[in-house]
Amino acid sequence: MSANTKRTVQFKIYRYDPDKDNAPYMQDISVELEQSDKKLLDALVRLKVKDDSLAFRRSCREGVCGSDAMNVNGKNRLACLTEVDELPQPIVLRPLPGLPVIRDLIVDMTQFFKQYHSIKPYLINNDPAPERERLQSPEEREELNGLYECILCACCSTSCPSFWWNPDKFVGPAGLLAAYRFIADTRDQATNERLDNLEDPYRLFRCHTIMNCVDVCPKGLNPTKAIGKIKEMMVRRAV
Amino acid sequence: MVNRIVVGAHYGLKDWIAQRATAVIMAVYSVILLAAVGALGPNTFEAWRGLFANGFMKFITFLFFISLFYHAWIGVRDIWMDYVKPTGIRLVLHVLTIFVLVGYAGWAAQILWRL
Repeated sequence: MSANTKRTVQFKIYRYDPDKDNAPYMQDISVELEQSDKKLLDALVRLKVKDDSLAFRRSCREGVCGSDAMNVNGKNRLACLTEVDELPQPIVLRPLPGLPVIRDLIVDMTQFFKQYHSIKPYLINNDPAPERERLQSPEEREELNGLYECILCACCSTSCPSFWWNPDKFVGPAGLLAAYRFIADTRDQATNERLDNLEDPYRLFRCHTIMNCVDVCPKGLNPTKAIGKIKEMMVRRAV
Repeated sequence: MVNRIVVGAHYGLKDWIAQRATAVIMAVYSVILLAAVGALGPNTFEAWRGLFANGFMKFITFLFFISLFYHAWIGVRDIWMDYVKPTGIRLVLHVLTIFVLVGYAGWAAQILWRL
């Protein structure tokens, strides 16, 4: 089947409306796609026209906002970056695992963002702000590559069993990647406090390096490596 | 009682390093043991006893067991922390695990120094 023709795509979608349904169920539904429909999100938009009770989040439709993360055929991905024609059918769509479902494919991200905020995701620098900007050398700036690009879609944290078991205590891969982004930043002055904040059997050391996070990250980032760097800094500080 | 989440025990690094260090000790010991068994080829009870009666062998074997039990403590504690939610039950399991592992360590010493 060519991507350039009209074609029908089969879906199996997790549906749950707590106001109407006693329990979640899987809905079998198919939709005809137009030639211009390339991504899974395009298909979801078509589906929404067909059945407007289907609820999902979307915004930028180009992999920048991180709204349309969902579990596609068992793997967490962004609908807007996933080629619909490359997926085996029926395409099974479920909400991100481990977070409470609000409705259909929409999950409650409160816990995820709580962990993100707990690492103080902002530059801490008590020196008076310079006239123009706080400068870094190109090498210092290079350190932040692979860290700052995170869009907080939650694909990684919700594929992490340690986060499933302890979402209230384990910071999770996304939060820890962000934590290292500020630890690695030469303009930040709170490195010690940040390491103190993470030196904890739950907050950091629930990570057992299974690398599900690396496997699913739609931006190709490596939270496991960042977590390793945090541990390395703790070792350097301690021995 | 308001069930507030408390987190921030500020430990974990020592255990994380210890888990890796003990793993290295166990790996090195496994190689030494295989080499020793390969070289001596003990095929009688006396030969096996002789192998472990050697002072150096006794020392590294005991070091291996201590490493194994420390490694097991961290690993088993991780399992309790991941899967057992009620604090009371978790604490009991932690204590039981320590008792069992300390018991095993004493038992291992007793066996080794009986040879």
